[in-house]
Amino acid sequence: MGSSSSNMDHIPDAQHLMQETGFSAAHLVRLYERFDFLDKDDRGELRLDDFEAVSELAMNPIGDRIIRAFFSPGRETVDFPSFVRILAHFRPTDTNRTRNGRNGAQPEPANSRTNKLKFAFQLYDQDRDGKISREELLQVLRAMLEMQVTEEQLQSIAERAIQEADLDLDDTISFDEFKKSLEKVDIEHKMSIRFLE
Amino acid sequence: MLGLTLLLLLLTAAAAADRSRTEAPPLRGPGLRFSPPVPASPSAPPLLLLPQPGAEYGAPGVALARSAAEEPDGPAEEEDGGHHGEHGGGYRVVQWEWSYVQTPFIIAIWLLVASVAKILFHFSQRFTTVVPESCMLILLGLVLGGVVLIANKKQLYQLEPALFFLFLLPTIVGDAGYFMPARLFFDNLGAILTYAVVGTLWNAFCTGFCLYATKLLGVIDERVQADLMDFLLFGALISAVDPVAVLAVFEEVHVNDMLFIIVFGESLLNDAVTVVLYKVYISFVEVGAENVQMADYFKGVASFLIVSVGGTLVGLVFAVILGFITRFTKKVRIIEPLFVFLLVYLAYLTAELFSLSAILSMTFCGIGANKYVEANISQKSRTTVKYTMKTLASIAETIIFIFLGISAVDKSKWAWDTGLVSCTLVFIFVFRAVGVIGQTWVLNRFRLVPLDKIDQVVMSYGGLRGAVAFALVVLLDGEQVKAKDYFVATTIVVVFFTVMFQGLTIKPLVKWLKVPRSTSRKPTINEEIHERAFDHILTAVEDIAGLQGYHHWRDKWEQFDKNYLSKLLLRKSVYRKSELWEAYQKINIRDAISVIDQGGNVLTSARLSLPSMASRASFPEVTNVTNYLRENGSGVCLDLQVIDNVPGGKVEEDTETHHVLAGNLYKPRRRYQSHYSRHFIPLGEKERQDREVFQRNMKSRMETFKSTRHKRHKKERINLHLCSDPVVVPVESDPDRAEHSDPEKDEDVGITFVARKAETPKERPKSGDIPSPPPGPPSPTGGETHLPWKGGVGSPPPCVSVEATKIIPVDLQQAWNQSISSLESISSPPAPAEPVHPRVSALSRLGAVRPASYTPPGSVAGSSASIGAQLSQGSFCFPDGRKDEEEDEGAELQPLMSSLRPPGSLPPAPPGPGPGHTPATPPAAPPAPAGGGTPVCT
Repeated sequence: MGSSSSNMDHIPDAQHLMQETGFSAAHLVRLYERFDFLDKDDRGELRLDDFEAVSELAMNPIGDRIIRAFFSPGRETVDFPSFVRILAHFRPTDTNRTRNGRNGAQPEPANSRTNKLKFAFQLYDQDRDGKISREELLQVLRAMLEMQVTEEQLQSIAERAIQEADLDLDDTISFDEFKKSLEKVDIEHKMSIRFLE
Repeated sequence: MLGLTLLLLLLTAAAAADRSRTEAPPLRGPGLRFSPPVPASPSAPPLLLLPQPGAEYGAPGVALARSAAEEPDGPAEEEDGGHHGEHGGGYRVVQWEWSYVQTPFIIAIWLLVASVAKILFHFSQRFTTVVPESCMLILLGLVLGGVVLIANKKQLYQLEPALFFLFLLPTIVGDAGYFMPARLFFDNLGAILTYAVVGTLWNAFCTGFCLYATKLLGVIDERVQADLMDFLLFGALISAVDPVAVLAVFEEVHVNDMLFIIVFGESLLNDAVTVVLYKVYISFVEVGAENVQMADYFKGVASFLIVSVGGTLVGLVFAVILGFITRFTKKVRIIEPLFVFLLVYLAYLTAELFSLSAILSMTFCGIGANKYVEANISQKSRTTVKYTMKTLASIAETIIFIFLGISAVDKSKWAWDTGLVSCTLVFIFVFRAVGVIGQTWVLNRFRLVPLDKIDQVVMSYGGLRGAVAFALVVLLDGEQVKAKDYFVATTIVVVFFTVMFQGLTIKPLVKWLKVPRSTSRKPTINEEIHERAFDHILTAVEDIAGLQGYHHWRDKWEQFDKNYLSKLLLRKSVYRKSELWEAYQKINIRDAISVIDQGGNVLTSARLSLPSMASRASFPEVTNVTNYLRENGSGVCLDLQVIDNVPGGKVEEDTETHHVLAGNLYKPRRRYQSHYSRHFIPLGEKERQDREVFQRNMKSRMETFKSTRHKRHKKERINLHLCSDPVVVPVESDPDRAEHSDPEKDEDVGITFVARKAETPKERPKSGDIPSPPPGPPSPTGGETHLPWKGGVGSPPPCVSVEATKIIPVDLQQAWNQSISSLESISSPPAPAEPVHPRVSALSRLGAVRPASYTPPGSVAGSSASIGAQLSQGSFCFPDGRKDEEEDEGAELQPLMSSLRPPGSLPPAPPGPGPGHTPATPPAAPPAPAGGGTPVCT
């Protein structure tokens, strides 16, 4: 870990980030290495092309949406803190460290259930109006199912999904409805990955 | 009770045959004949239900043992006994062929007794919730064993290792492997493997060494002649958690899925470790501990790798073969299930052949093949496979536990040493707990979802030993392992203790610890969609973060599967289908079935709850779904084949109307009755039915309600063939023909509903007609000629309108009320069937007659709605009428009709829609989508 402490110096505002996201120093160093690797031009920022250079993402049906989720609205680039903040959504929800490390300024850590759901929700909700419309749902379905089903089948799946989740009958899925439709799902587990130290 | 009596008779016969041969005929034979419970089972009386099988068991137990094993003089005597009274000469009309049928006969009776025993246990609901079945079976086995012992002075039967390993175990493992939840299994594979390999090794070594230590300390008696190798061998066989016991106990406990899969997965995968340790130690014991060389240990390790990896590979190879074969069974559906059983079993036998781990092989064959096989074979085959596997596994489990009980009674086979028994019990419990805690501590550093203390307690406590250990210990060679008898006794005690004591107490423990239970909830479509999205998200995030984690590899595997494996192993027709779509269909089917199952109950409250709808199920929502389903017919049609064949999916409205009616109202009966009609309904009745369709309808509706009550969980199959000119719905009268005419349809789920295009575009105008005031189309429209039931519509109900899409509730309500009121006409003979085309089958006749008395309700704007759609709309559209029927559910025809009258006379009763009910103004609603009248081509 000797090298990690030296690397820590390169990371801007590392202490604060660690506190905010709950990542350990080793995590941050590793992520910074990755960030550096993605950042081909050493701008200290990632651009769309940098993400698209990850070849596996091209295979991912909703890869582009996930990339876009890294960019805050209106921004063309992602700096390291936002990069880490997004990834923090996928930390396993572990109770101890996050709770102790937080200073109360931020009500909920990024890896809470709600925030994990929020992230997923935003992938659907492309126009960010707080609702998943049928069209938005269809787009995701279309991407995920590719050519396997007919448009009509897609339609019916989407319709069914909306009918199922839509509590206030506005033909869209709001975040609350989204959350409710997944209330029985172990989100903490299914939306977490193990970050290597 | 009838079964028991029958059983008794059979066994009496068996006993009679045996009598001449066996040693203690006076005790058993007469007893069985005249008063079964009294003579032979002094130990039984307290258990009220048990004595009978108990008494019976004397005979088959002996006979089976005889047939299975020894006694060279058996056959001769048997012969003698068999033909004892038949030497009188001349031709005998009836011959006694006991020796000929003996073996299968006794096996069959064994199975019968085991099954009847199961029934008896489940008579008392409260009892079975407290006492696990496995305990009861062991107790029963003990009783039976006791009976045999008393009858014969020596135990002639015990759990034969060959029988166990070749027949009983594979049925259970095959079932477990094939229906293993693959995703859950692989998600937890790391933990499972750790517990299975490290945990089992730990248990084996610690138990072995510590027993040896206690032996040295003098706690274990001198008579137990065993050295270190013997104890290690014993430790190896006693340390493996047993899949049969774990399944039997955990299935009743319902702990959460993760916990279950870890314990159960461990019990399956530790087989390789057990097999290898067992074999290695046996060979060590044979050559003697002092002759074992260093190289032998390495050979042991290598052997472990070969046995486990080899077993897995054999399983996977067979999985591929199985998938590949089922790809081509389209023309021979009937033997599809056979392939599944054969190849899975062959995987087991092949592994056994090369002395690889057979359990591993079978498990992985099942897991691997499941996805492809299930996609390839037809729904019926799927059901067959499922039921047969479950039946076999269940009966095998029953027999295993009974035999364990029986074997335990055999005093000659075992020798008791309190020190050994108690030390073993303590050691396996302690080391299990220590092992679990230690491994979990390590595992939790890597696991996303850590296993908490409660999980660890359940896992420690759930380390049940079972029949595998027993079979292995019986297999020991008494010459080599001097202490075999002691080991047998100890194993029996350990098995009984874990299965009975721990099995009995684990349920209260789980309750007390508040272990999260599993819910048998099926995922909703939202969950299906979003969880797929989550998978993609996690994969993408792992890629972005540069981690080659679990999701990365899972995604890689899925790509590989999609690009190569699925292409190789899946039928072309299936390959194109997406899993999400399948899930969607399953949900729809489930809804449909549960709607049928719930029958009137749902309707009584005028609310339809689609069970898969997560949080609420409200009337308005259903309306929406229904409307949607109507509008987008083909999209929601349950039948894939239909989707493929009927791209447009729009059916003209009267057809739809008919479907709504036929689909909902009569479906359960249709199947039920059609099966019946071939065998039970006399021809005269059938003819009468043909003539008096309506009467029949009412009658069969009664059947419907009866049958829905009795035949829950039946999947319905409807083939509606709507052809152009005579509308033929063969199902009504002849289901076989329907199936014949549709041989290529492999999807027999739900509705197979193929509407052929009516050549005449005359239906089109009708949809034009529709908006016009209801009584408009009495003039013979095109629809009338082609859809005969249109013809007689005196006053077509207002609901015969395209816009019904938006107004079904009211329309159908009205239609329903009309039809209710028309019930009056049932007493008077219905209008004679108009002369129709001879070949026109039931529907057209039905149609011809129906209008006279029966108004097709709610015509639906062109859509071939899914069964679910039909059901939902049908069921919630007729709340009042159905409710009434439901009240009269059990009543006979007459009461029904009389009681139906009142509701019929309150036609205007509003359908009681929920607040969000879509506009319920029949004529005002917008016309249906253009597709409305377009008939569908096949």
